[in-house]
Amino acid sequence: MRVYYSDIEILQPLSEQNFPLTARLQLNIEVNGMNGLTRIWKREWPLHFMLIPGLFLVLLFSYVPMAGIIMAFQKYVPNKGLFGSPFIGMKNFQLLIDYPDIGRIFFNTMFIAVMKIAAGLFVPITIAILLNELRREWIKRTFQTLVYLPHFMSWVLLSGILVDILSPSSGIFNQVLGWFGVKPIFFLGSNDWFPYVMVASDVWKEFGFGTIVYLAALTSINPSLYEAAAMDGAGRIKQTFYVTLPGMMPIIVLMLTLNIGNVLNAGFEQIFNLYSPPVYESADIIDTFVYRMGVQQAQFGFATAVGLLKSIVSFLFVSLSYVLAYRLANYRIF
Amino acid sequence: MITDRSLGRRVFIAGNFTFLFLISFLCLMPIMHILAISFSSGAAAAAGKVSLWPVDFTTAAYDNVFGKPEYLRAFWVSIQRVLLGTALSMALMIVTAYPLSKDPRQFRLRTFYAWVFVFTILFSGGLIPTYLTVKNLGMIDTLWALVLPTAIPVFNVILLLNFYRNLPKELEESSRIDGAGHFKTLWKIYVPLSLPALATTGLFTVVGHWNSWFDGMLYMNHTENYPLQTFLQTVIIKMDFRFIKAEQAELMVKLSDRTSRAAQIFVAAFPILIVYPFLQRFFIKGIVMGSVKE
Repeated sequence: MRVYYSDIEILQPLSEQNFPLTARLQLNIEVNGMNGLTRIWKREWPLHFMLIPGLFLVLLFSYVPMAGIIMAFQKYVPNKGLFGSPFIGMKNFQLLIDYPDIGRIFFNTMFIAVMKIAAGLFVPITIAILLNELRREWIKRTFQTLVYLPHFMSWVLLSGILVDILSPSSGIFNQVLGWFGVKPIFFLGSNDWFPYVMVASDVWKEFGFGTIVYLAALTSINPSLYEAAAMDGAGRIKQTFYVTLPGMMPIIVLMLTLNIGNVLNAGFEQIFNLYSPPVYESADIIDTFVYRMGVQQAQFGFATAVGLLKSIVSFLFVSLSYVLAYRLANYRIF
Repeated sequence: MITDRSLGRRVFIAGNFTFLFLISFLCLMPIMHILAISFSSGAAAAAGKVSLWPVDFTTAAYDNVFGKPEYLRAFWVSIQRVLLGTALSMALMIVTAYPLSKDPRQFRLRTFYAWVFVFTILFSGGLIPTYLTVKNLGMIDTLWALVLPTAIPVFNVILLLNFYRNLPKELEESSRIDGAGHFKTLWKIYVPLSLPALATTGLFTVVGHWNSWFDGMLYMNHTENYPLQTFLQTVIIKMDFRFIKAEQAELMVKLSDRTSRAAQIFVAAFPILIVYPFLQRFFIKGIVMGSVKE
């Protein structure tokens, strides 16, 4: 390592009578014959290099489509492309507001999504608390294994199964209802039932995930807290409310805030596979609407406008949820 | 645990156990039901006589499935995308997470790069622009359309980079003293240490690719290129029976479309069902790894 001065600048004129001398010096540190920026670059270049493929893909498949958002303001014609299609400003959004069913679509989306978030919170927590009451470890583990299984099946498969089970003519569910004297209900074809079937089947598929998380949080609660509560005369139920739930609060808050960003995601994969025109009134959500308009009816500009609206609202909610998660539960994403 | 042998408590324990048993059974039951239907005769299935056990046992539905070249071709497409997609994702994940896990003092543009990646999960261009991008790149009807757009799972990258961050700094320092550059350090130290995390994310990636059907539907114009789940979607959901040839008509006596669908569903679910019991330990650990912070 070599330390040297370069670039001396004299700030006062030299003369035999002027002491002390005032000068500004530039200090240089050289390592291996390189200095400053070169040295940093030599050390860091592998890291930049490693990021190249990732950056390239993310640029291509995430950022380039973002530029395509301009289609929301155009009357997009595929032949003319992005630069040839006429610019129509906010007309697509005007069309969106004027679209007769748009209120219904937004309502369905939020109705189903909020129910899913609520049920997705309530059910796993309850099951985790109940599960924690069991003594033997192997029972808990077997249970977790079994309830986590539906999560790994795709909605295509589950829809096939669900359509079969809920069939009004030969489905086993209606058969069982028949034992209780209930007439067959066409669950997937009725506007009254459809949203609830969506929520119930989604909870069935995903509650295993939540149960495992909450159970892990439960087991980390200090057992002496329970003993202290018992000594103060709390029965099991009181213990649940005063020891268990508060102990799980951080993780509950975390899961809740992380799910806020999903308020507009009512579950495209599920609903698309299970809905049909008779139930559009209660089943149509933003994503299915965008799909039908954009991909099936090729109304690219309009569909992009709807998608853009959803992206902006989702962005606000997700950002909010990450800020909240950081503030309330000290959760940092990176 | 304070023992409480009161009657109320014992009733609760018994009731709780039964309740949870029923719930776990509820998760298994639909799959058993489909399995039973797939092994039953068409007549019994159509009559609704099948519940959890096959009635009039027959393998006709499965013979039909394996005899369908379209089904097997779709199966092969799915296998290809799982292998290629997972390999690509894992490699990219490791190589992207390592630089991002470095301290900004060591890697000056790190925060900027991290935001570039994180922003993509906050905001996206939407379905239509992404579709048009893939189309303009000429990837329609190719395997790349199924593999490249999701090749960087930013969520997993974040998981992995947090994992790398939690490794002791001394590891990197000592490797630097020994003269290893970043590539060597990554390959020889960080990767072996993160194998459990990589195995878990790898498994989730495999499952994700296997279950993925929408991109197949969106980006493939020809049914020969459909991955398995997309193919099933057309047959099961859309009830698209164009693929049943005339010669197979006599088979229809022994099997109904209900048993045929059930067999197709079960064969597609089978790889996951088989692998799951052995690997569920990883899957469960994976959730806890990503959510509960120490």
